Amino acid sequence: MAAHLSSGRVNLTALREAGRRELREFLDKCAGSKAIVWDEYLTGPFGLIAQYSLLKEHEVEKMFTLKAGRLPPADVKNIIFFVRPRLELMDIIAENVLSEDRVRSPLRDFHILFVPRRSLLCEQRLKDQGVLGSFIHREQYSMDLIPFDGDLLSMESESAFKECYLENDQTSLYHAAKGLMTLQALYGTIPQIFGKGDCARHVANMMIRMKREFPGGQNSIFPVFDTLLLLDRNVDLLSPLATQLTYEGLIDEIYGIQNTYVKLPPEKFAPKKQGEGGKDLPTEPKKLQLNSAEELYAEIRDKNFNAVGSVLSKKAKIISAAFEERHHAKTVGEIKQFVSQLPHMQAARSSLANHTSIAELIKDITTSEDFFDNLTVEQEFMSGIDTDKVNNYTEDCIAQKHPLIKILRLVCLQSVCNSGLKQKVLDHYKREILQTYGYEHILTLNNLEKAGLLKLQTSSRNNYPTIRKTMRLWMDDVNEQNPNDISYVYSGYAPLSVRLAQLLARPGWRSIEEVLKMLPGPHFEERQQLPTGLQKKRQQGENRVTLVFFLGGVTYAEIAALRFLSQMEDGGTEYVIATTKLINGTNWIKSLMEKLEPPPF
Amino acid sequence: GITGGCHRSPKGEAAFSQKFELYSMAWNLKEDLRDCLVAAAPYGGPIALLKNNFRKEKSPGSRPLLEIYSASGVPLASVLWKSGQVVQLGWTASEDLLCIQEDGTVLIYNLFCEFKRHFSMGNEVLQNHVREAKVFHTEYGTGVAILTGAHRFSLTTNIDDLKLRRMPEVPGLQKLPSCWAVLSQDRVTIILLAIGQDLYLLDNTSCSVVTPPGISPHAGAYVQMAVSFNYCYLALFTDTGSIWMGTSSLKEKLGEFSCDFRTPPRQMVWHVAELWTLSGERRFILDEDSYLVPELDGVRIFSRTTHEFLHEIPEASEEIFKIASMAPGALLLEAQREYEAASFGKCFLDKFPPESFVRTCRDLRVLNAIWDYQIGIPLTFAQYKQLTIEVLLDRLVLRRLYPLAIKICEYLRLSEFQGVSRILAHWACYKVQQKDKSDEEVAHAINQKLGDTPGISYSEIAARAYDCGRTELAIKVLEYEPRSGEQVPLLLKMKKSQLALNKAIESGDTDLVYTVVLHLKNELNRGTFFMTLQKQPVALSLYRQFCKHQELETLKDLYNQDDDHQELGNFHVHSSYSSEKRIEGRVAALQNAVDEYYKAKNEFAAKATEDQIKLLRMQRRLQDELDKPYVDYSLHDTVYGLILDGNHKRAEQLYRDFRIPDKRFWWLKIGALAEREDWEEMEKFSKSKKSPIGYLPFVEICMKHHNRHEAKKYAARVTPEQRVKAHILLDQAADAAIEHKNENEMNLVLSKCTAATDSSVVEKINRAKAQILKK
Repeated sequence: MAAHLSSGRVNLTALREAGRRELREFLDKCAGSKAIVWDEYLTGPFGLIAQYSLLKEHEVEKMFTLKAGRLPPADVKNIIFFVRPRLELMDIIAENVLSEDRVRSPLRDFHILFVPRRSLLCEQRLKDQGVLGSFIHREQYSMDLIPFDGDLLSMESESAFKECYLENDQTSLYHAAKGLMTLQALYGTIPQIFGKGDCARHVANMMIRMKREFPGGQNSIFPVFDTLLLLDRNVDLLSPLATQLTYEGLIDEIYGIQNTYVKLPPEKFAPKKQGEGGKDLPTEPKKLQLNSAEELYAEIRDKNFNAVGSVLSKKAKIISAAFEERHHAKTVGEIKQFVSQLPHMQAARSSLANHTSIAELIKDITTSEDFFDNLTVEQEFMSGIDTDKVNNYTEDCIAQKHPLIKILRLVCLQSVCNSGLKQKVLDHYKREILQTYGYEHILTLNNLEKAGLLKLQTSSRNNYPTIRKTMRLWMDDVNEQNPNDISYVYSGYAPLSVRLAQLLARPGWRSIEEVLKMLPGPHFEERQQLPTGLQKKRQQGENRVTLVFFLGGVTYAEIAALRFLSQMEDGGTEYVIATTKLINGTNWIKSLMEKLEPPPF
Repeated sequence: GITGGCHRSPKGEAAFSQKFELYSMAWNLKEDLRDCLVAAAPYGGPIALLKNNFRKEKSPGSRPLLEIYSASGVPLASVLWKSGQVVQLGWTASEDLLCIQEDGTVLIYNLFCEFKRHFSMGNEVLQNHVREAKVFHTEYGTGVAILTGAHRFSLTTNIDDLKLRRMPEVPGLQKLPSCWAVLSQDRVTIILLAIGQDLYLLDNTSCSVVTPPGISPHAGAYVQMAVSFNYCYLALFTDTGSIWMGTSSLKEKLGEFSCDFRTPPRQMVWHVAELWTLSGERRFILDEDSYLVPELDGVRIFSRTTHEFLHEIPEASEEIFKIASMAPGALLLEAQREYEAASFGKCFLDKFPPESFVRTCRDLRVLNAIWDYQIGIPLTFAQYKQLTIEVLLDRLVLRRLYPLAIKICEYLRLSEFQGVSRILAHWACYKVQQKDKSDEEVAHAINQKLGDTPGISYSEIAARAYDCGRTELAIKVLEYEPRSGEQVPLLLKMKKSQLALNKAIESGDTDLVYTVVLHLKNELNRGTFFMTLQKQPVALSLYRQFCKHQELETLKDLYNQDDDHQELGNFHVHSSYSSEKRIEGRVAALQNAVDEYYKAKNEFAAKATEDQIKLLRMQRRLQDELDKPYVDYSLHDTVYGLILDGNHKRAEQLYRDFRIPDKRFWWLKIGALAEREDWEEMEKFSKSKKSPIGYLPFVEICMKHHNRHEAKKYAARVTPEQRVKAHILLDQAADAAIEHKNENEMNLVLSKCTAATDSSVVEKINRAKAQILKK
């Protein structure tokens, strides 16, 4: 079930188990049959910790989505609200509780489970609404970091970037620090902490503070992680804006992966059985789970998409050869052996079929002229060509009213690659956007400016070329098939964030002091004292383990780049990745957009 | 628990009992004990004396004096009694002294004579007065029973959770009963009283006459009664000198005998379950002026000079006792016995587990230490086991014997959390009450001693300091508290909201910050509140978020306060969408935004918003004139819509009014014309002047609408550099070539391309070629 979580260097099953245990303990506190009322946003992340079967074992008989009005009827003893601590949700809960028909329906006990933290503010709200006393158990479920894969943890905090960099609301950073404390409780104190950026500094400060809050709780677990690297997303605004070119990155760019699931257009997944079902195509989107539990996916997910085709065709040959074996199976023993391998082969064949279909879908898009043109412009910007003037392609796309987010990604990318745009260029883009897409987007543009994604070039100096050259962010001789550098994930551009991690491991940040100063926020190092008994004596050739925490989101391409570094033979470091949210340029920009709906007439 | 179960039944035969001297009393008492009100706490607890209580004349010089001593007679504290007439003294289970006054008020003092609190036994007592009172202990806690001048009983079973029960009237009771006692049976507290030859049981609802089984008909009137420590046994003394003993349920008689005296004893108590003692009784002739304290396993007897313990020795041990040499004054009989037995038998047993032996030795040392005359807690091993080490430590802490308590914790190797930390915290809580020391001194002393000992809660200590009225000290102590979650609520309680805000921000816990901010909001006037936020950007940002979702108007005020014109502009833009429905209202909101944007020197935003107003007005006009929805379409969509409907003039007007760049207008117009399939108009347009976007887009858009015929017209006008692309579009040569996987076709297309302008086509074909090669 969760085998993929234990496949990595750090066994993340323990974290999931801790989460499941906490959940079971809470459910058992509410004795008797229960119904869960879900804050809809939580169902996805919870699915990664516990399936319905676990809930059912603990007498959860019904599940509802939290909405205003009266609760649906359910003959259960307990009603449990699973919610994020948000005031607007408290109002809905209050409405639910108050409209409960005390006369007609049997008495039901109410409980609240706050995820990830109880909130005085919310409880005060419930009190003001006069329902606080109705809840028997008010507890918190502090599952801050949810294991997504053997080397990947996410808080799935949708608006973390916006809150941190736009609204100066550091709630998600507090949760991040708490999550890191939980992680340290399970996997030992992390002796070294590095960081870059204001948020990173804030998280490190909170961790140190939280450690001080429990002076007696000396952690006696042998540390699994050697280093923690905290990175602000705004240190590298570029990487998420560029189109990801790994297989997984493209799936996410095009279809969007949510909590490891992707929904795909069904046409390509029509059953291929002869005769039956050939005519009516399925209309429901095809839902697939994507993680390293699937052998083939684990192999191709992080490859440049251009290298995926050859792997798939090779696999196809191997699998058909394996099926051909049956003709050679002569003896009973041979047939028996063949049959015993059949389930595995069939799974491999269906996995291959799925990914061949996905690859075809993606290929239709990546071979389109527009994809190519867009990519060409992106790559020009990233390699420093014509970043200081209005771009023709961008202009034409606006004139043809291409999706706004695509335009915003391009304009922001240009701005970032030029350390801001000249007033004339910036105003031109903004005017074009407002006239084409509507003046209401003036607020979105303002948000992008506040977040630093779009800005006026203040100094005459453009720092980006220096950063690009020093950190070798642009590699002309990229090898997509057999990469020798992380730049393969964007077919030329090496993500700055991952370069920072790579340079930290070797030769150390001291070599790039000058560049670090050009990037926003402080860089720092902290050491957490370990008792002598827990200090590591490294075996010859044993890799270090670094946890890279992206505050504000990380893309699949960046994850792929870190995995590439982990697998490098002489790399010396293996990476585990944590983030506030898995993002891509589209959903990232979307989270920063101001949703203004004109009033209905 | 104070009361144990009824495990043993009293035996008829005389048991082996011994009397030991515990201490010679250190108190140099001048008065007779009988002239004082006396109360001694069980489990070797303290002794309270109220002197001069019975004197009628209350001259200032002869005010009653309340004195408290340890069991060894070492004075702990004293205080001049300035309150009312005391009827009875008694100790609670947690060693607080109860002083029951005639007026029904019960004053509670700690063992240092410091007043803690008081409560009343009911209003009716004020008139009738308390005539007699008893303090008793049950599983519910410490209780008080009173008998009023109106011959009515009232009681509470737990003084910490005061529920007064007025007992039913005893029929025909004209004078005070000759004697009475509180019994506890099956968790019900009842009163047994005697009037002459009659015995009555009073429970919550009724009063019933009872007769002890087997009592001699000539026994006479009851004059004294005693209940055993565990409420199991009862003894009755009559005016004929007869003593009846039995179970307190009055169901079983255990014995009856006569004494050679008839005057009722001043005090009569049970000694375990074996024998009973009373002052002047023959078996042990006691000092005339003695006081008896029943204990779990014996009776303590103290007088002005000595303190003795009468201890029962179980049969089984008698032999050992005879052999064992007893050190004079050895108190720890039971433990000693175990120790002796163990060390004696140990040699004969191969696999004797040493743990219990070691543990017993340790316990013995602890008991020896507290029995010391300076400490004065003479606990027996049995009492110690019953009391538990935790309670013993609490009692040491109550006596402020912190160093000893800590030594014991260390000696017994108790975990820091349950031992030393707790004691240090108590010490600190005591320390904050020392008013003679400055706040700095005390705070420093506390931190010096406590450091960061695990399990220490500085906030609890601070709370105590605050309770003692030392707010400044509380704040200083709170500084040492590492958990902000603990600091903040107390700071709020102390009305130190600003400091609470700092702490909340330091913690990073935004929920705490919100809590303090909303607290401040209620506490301060608006101006001060805003000023406070001004100084705390983190709090201000959070409050802004709160307002954004909860109080939009306040948000505006906040921006006004900051002169944040940019945000005010944004605010008005926002409200033109969310709160205004009519066009005029929306325009007004947008006009406000324009003004703010100008103030913010954001010319771009101001101009853009002016344009928006212009557009909105124009759309409104169009909507009215053309009877089609235009409002809230973008400029692009408006112009597009107009062209689509053939309103070219109006479209041109907007193009000019809004200075739409030529290039974009051309893109827009050919798109709309193609959708309208107005090929004639398109051709006319294409010839109106030289196309700023070239003619390739014309080819593209025609092909998109499957009009090859029209497309061809424009292909000829495409610049030579783009001509291949146009042809490719027309012929779809490249795509066809790629689809056919035909290398020759691809090469043909390639030959038409120039590397400089058709790089994308070249790349595309090359990629396709590479794919073919691979297969």
